[in-house]
Parts: sequence; structure tokens; C-alpha cells
Amino acid sequence: MAEVWTIAETHNGSLKEVSFELLARGRALADELEVPLASVVLASHTREGELERLAAYGADIIYVAEDERFASFTVHSHAAVLLPLVRDHGPQIILAAATTTGRTLLPYLAVKLGCGLTADCTSLAIEEGTGNLLQIRPAIGGNIMATIKSPDHRPQMATSRPRSTPLGNMDTTRRATVIRVDPPSLSTDPVEVLGVRPFRDQQTSIEDARTVVSGGKGLKKRENFTLIEQLATALGGEVGASRDAVDRGWATYPHQVGLSGKTISPELYIAIGISGAIQHLAGIKTAKRIVVINNDDEANILDIADVAIIGDLFAIIPVLLRRLNERRKTQ
Amino acid sequence: MHIIVPIKQVPQSSDVKMDPVTGTMIRSGRSSTLNPLDLYALEAAFRLTEAHGGSVTVVTMGPDSAANILKEALSMGAERAIHLTDRPFGGSDTYATSYVLSRAIEKIGSYDLVITGERATDGDTAQVGPGIAAWLDLGLVTYVSSIEEATSTHLVAERLVEEGYQRVQVALPALLTVVKEIAIPRLPTLKGKKRAMASTIERWDAEAIEADRSRIGLKGSPTRVVKIETPKVARSCTIYHADGDEATLAAVDHLIDLLEEQQLLKEVHHG
Ligand SMILES: Cc1cc2nc3c(=O)[nH]c(=O)nc-3n(C[C@H](O)[C@H](O)[C@H](O)COP(=O)(O)OP(=O)(O)OC[C@H]3O[C@@H](n4cnc5c(N)ncnc54)[C@H](O)[C@@H]3O)c2cc1C
Repeated sequence: MAEVWTIAETHNGSLKEVSFELLARGRALADELEVPLASVVLASHTREGELERLAAYGADIIYVAEDERFASFTVHSHAAVLLPLVRDHGPQIILAAATTTGRTLLPYLAVKLGCGLTADCTSLAIEEGTGNLLQIRPAIGGNIMATIKSPDHRPQMATSRPRSTPLGNMDTTRRATVIRVDPPSLSTDPVEVLGVRPFRDQQTSIEDARTVVSGGKGLKKRENFTLIEQLATALGGEVGASRDAVDRGWATYPHQVGLSGKTISPELYIAIGISGAIQHLAGIKTAKRIVVINNDDEANILDIADVAIIGDLFAIIPVLLRRLNERRKTQ
Repeated sequence: MHIIVPIKQVPQSSDVKMDPVTGTMIRSGRSSTLNPLDLYALEAAFRLTEAHGGSVTVVTMGPDSAANILKEALSMGAERAIHLTDRPFGGSDTYATSYVLSRAIEKIGSYDLVITGERATDGDTAQVGPGIAAWLDLGLVTYVSSIEEATSTHLVAERLVEEGYQRVQVALPALLTVVKEIAIPRLPTLKGKKRAMASTIERWDAEAIEADRSRIGLKGSPTRVVKIETPKVARSCTIYHADGDEATLAAVDHLIDLLEEQQLLKEVHHG
């Protein structure tokens, strides 16, 4: 029975959260198809107990290749393991995260394997009768939803964004078959990783954040942008920005949300002094809840907001910060 | 240094119609533009050739109107422009598109680098760049945010990834996809526009690039768009007006209660 696979991602020996989200999606598909679900882990090492966690979240089989070279990602070192593994085991579906890693690896594999790939799927389902994977994704700046399938090619491949699906139930009594894979010796990797320079401002990436607080041109000047930073800190979130704010140097490009920046799906998105241009909205269409602070009660952003406070942000944010602070003290 | 930059024509706005039968995009009759993220690929290429000598060739696959974006690239400083246009190319997905572009790049020949934008703003897949690298067996470095060093044999660059900036060295020839941080794109110059007017754009069809017919167009595309829907925006917005101190306080407290209810406030650590 052709398996369903998910590609796990690790960082310093620990599995990233998205690895388990992929298992939640994969589990549903594997159950529907009545086939085993496997997770593939390429890592320099895996911490004690990590593989058991994959089993607890639904993996029946775990393929593990451990090697120093997987400490950092290169598409060539990963493909060297995955291409023969896929050819040997012939999975019918491969799911990966729509991260910089997944979005580099999967299109490369898709061409090498001669199969189809759909990026950024927001939902996945099995077509009745044919068993084909239905891959649903937003297209054209989120204005339409397209259902895509790949009827004549296997494996069917798809990526989905971190935080685009909840985790499945954890069951620590579940066990998986662990299959160790010897990484083939790769004579030369055209890409050599020299190191990683962390972000100067100690931000984790906004794509992984549960809460993102974004500021736009309504902040008026650089000094005022600290209001956004303070609110993000108070809410345990990250700072985002509109393009106008980034262009003015109030925030750096990794913080830009929108069509030419990042597409994010946080639990909570707070847009402050942002009008909601179509290009900005393209980046937040899949956010779970959207809160707006704006003095224009006709701003576009209200079309997709859940809650809005209409008024002067310079009056509202200090009060918000004060109340959050008071709440913390009384608890 | 010879650099090839594949570029794409995209609709000006996100308001695009889809053909309900084939599931492909209907573009005709709508204003189109150069994919804004390709400007960064072009800029990176121009800076490299200005610093190290060489030239930039641009290539696009698309209908007749796509010649406009080639002209634009020529007026910014590209030396040669190739237009891949043929009926059988129509309906290509990212697999078929990356195949067609890779055939063209092979035919152009003797290049050190291929540079693409991070993704196109219409399809938004970011798949064509890595796909071309796979067809041509090139070293692949995606999400490049800066190029520190370039020699005739290798390049040192930084990639913008989730953990920060990953520094890599890649052997040439290679394919890079670049992000916006790489450089500020230039505008076409008047002199450049005149030069572009005088240049000819080469038109290549499927035969010219010796494309395998089973790998191009709708027929050569593994993926099929089977349904298009316009999602209904189900959100209804609760609005609080913060006019005056009292109303502001009330609005803020409503918001905090709501966030608390939905467990969206930062966990408070006791002790
Ligand atoms: C190809 C292309 C790609 C683009 N990509 C992106 C992208 O990735 N991301 C992006 O964000 N944009 C992008 N844009 C730009 C986009 O079109 C808008 O120009 C931009 O999003 C506007 O930024 P803004 O909302 O901060 O500014 P504005 O549109 O100027 O909005 C400012 C808002 O602040 C409010 N405001 C002002 N003062 C106050 C106050 N005192 N209190 C409360 N509210 C106040 C105003 O009511 C207004 O709503 C792109 C554009 C193009 C053409």
C-alpha cells in the first residue's frame, strides 16, 4: 500500500512544530486511504524522545537519516537522500512545509521525479472514487481558491504553511517503526554552508509567530514605531510592517507582510495604522483573527477584520499597554 | 560573467479571471506588467556584471504582449532578449514552464549564473526557479539576500531563512533566487529606452529549443486545476469607537477581554 509521507524539519536536533502539523494533515489522508503514514527526518542528530513524539502525533513509520551534513539545509544533500528513498518506497503523497526549506526542496524533487507539486495548500482531501489528492490553495493574492490535482503522476506533492492547521491529538502509547537510512556519500555538494547569522534584533521569524503586531504609515515616524515593538512584546508576539513602513526604514524587510513580503497565518494579527491595500491583505488572508486600530472607519482593512478600534492610535496604544501591564500585575 | 535572468509578465492587479474549463489564467485584455519581484533579480545581475564585466540575457515565456517586459529589461541594461512564444507552450504549469525555460537556457549556453525573482506575484508558487536548477543540474541557492563575493568559479552569498541569514558558498554555474533585500532596482534610463527600441527581440518556438512535446503546455503539465472558487469573506467586524478617554478605555478593555477569552494573551508566569 503506497504510503503517505511528510517531511519533518528540525533545528538543533529538535523537531519544528510544523513537522507535527504536517502529520495532522497526513494522518487524515492516510486514514482515508487506509495506508501507513510515514515521516522522513533528515538531521545531524535527533534529541532523545524526538522520534517518539512523531509516533505520538500519528506517524506509523519514521525514516531517519542522521548525518553531520544535515545540520544545515542544502537542497543537494537532501535530494541525494530523498530521491533514492522515494524511488525505493514509492509513496503516493509527499507533504512538506511551505518554509524556505520545503519551498526549495519540493520543486527540485518534483522535477527530478517528474511529478506535480502544489504550493501553499490550505486544505487537502482525497477525491472519492479516484483516491487522487485534492490540493486547495489560494491564488492571485488570495482572491480565488483553486483546487488542483495531479491525476497521472505519483507521488503527488504539496506544501502547506506553518500554523495553517491545528495539531492532531497526541497519543504517547502509539509506536512507529523506525527505519534508519544510510545517507549515500555525496561526492560534492555545489553548495557549502559557511554559517548562520542570527537576526540582529533577535526576532524569530514572523511566519512562525502566534501573534504578529504590524505597523504602517499611520505611525508617522521611526520613533513612534517603538509603540508597535512594545505592544508586540506585551503580547508575546513579533513585529510586522507594511511596505510603506519598511520603505521608510522603520522596520527591516524580514518584517514586511504582504505580496512582496511574507504571507503569514498567525492566530492573531493586529494591524495598526495600516490601510489594507490589496497587496498587504494578500499576506494575511489566512490569519485566524484580525484586529485593527485605525482612525479611518472606511479603511479597506476593515473588510477582513474581526475587531476594530476606530480612533487615534497614539491615544489608544498607550492605554492598551497600560491595561495589559495592570492585568499582568493583578494576576 | 554571463548571467541569464528569466522574467515573467504578470497581471497588473490581482483581479484576474480564470478559464473555468482549463483552469488556466485568462490574461488577454488586461494590463500586464513585469513581475515586480523580477526587478530584484535583474538588479542583482546588473550589479554583478557592472562589477565583474559580462552581460545579462533576459528570457521570458509568454504571449506576444510579453515582449514589453523584455523591452523594459533591455532599457534597464540587459543586452540580449529572448521571447519564447508558441501555441504549444500555453497552459504550462510550473513543471512544464521550468522545462521550457531550461531548454532555452541550454540553447543560450555558456552562462555563469541564472538569477530569478523569489516568485511571481500571480501564481505565487516560487517553484520555477528551483525547477530550472533541477532540469539543468545547477547548484541552487534560494532566498538570496546579499552577494558578498563573486569569482569566476564561485560565489559567497547570504540566504534569508527562518533562523536568520545562512551564509553559503556555491560553485558556478548556479541558479539563485533573490529576495527584495538584495538591492534597490534601477529605473530604465532614456538612453536605455532608445537602445531598447533599436534592439531586436529574438523569438523562439518549441522547435527552436528542441522541446520534447510531451513535456510542454497543458499536456506536459502534471497538475490540473479542477475547480476555481471565490472564497466568501465570512468575517464580520465588531467595531469600537475610541472617541475620548472613556470610550478609549472601554474599547481597550473590550479588546483585552476578547483576547483573553480566546487565549491570545501572553501566558503570565507566576512567581
Ligand atoms: C507590486 C506591489 C507590491 C506591494 N507589496 C506590498 C507588501 O508586500 N506589503 C505591503 O504592506 N504593501 C505592499 N505594497 C504597497 C501597498 O500598495 C500600499 O501602498 C501599502 O501597503 C500601504 O501601507 P500603509 O497601509 O502602511 O500606508 P497607508 O496606505 O498610507 O495607510 C496608513 C493608514 O494609517 C491610518 N492612520 C493614519 N494616522 C493614524 C492615526 N493617528 N491613528 C490611527 N490610524 C492612522 C490611515 O487611516 C491609513 O489607513 C505593494 C505595492 C505594489 C504596487
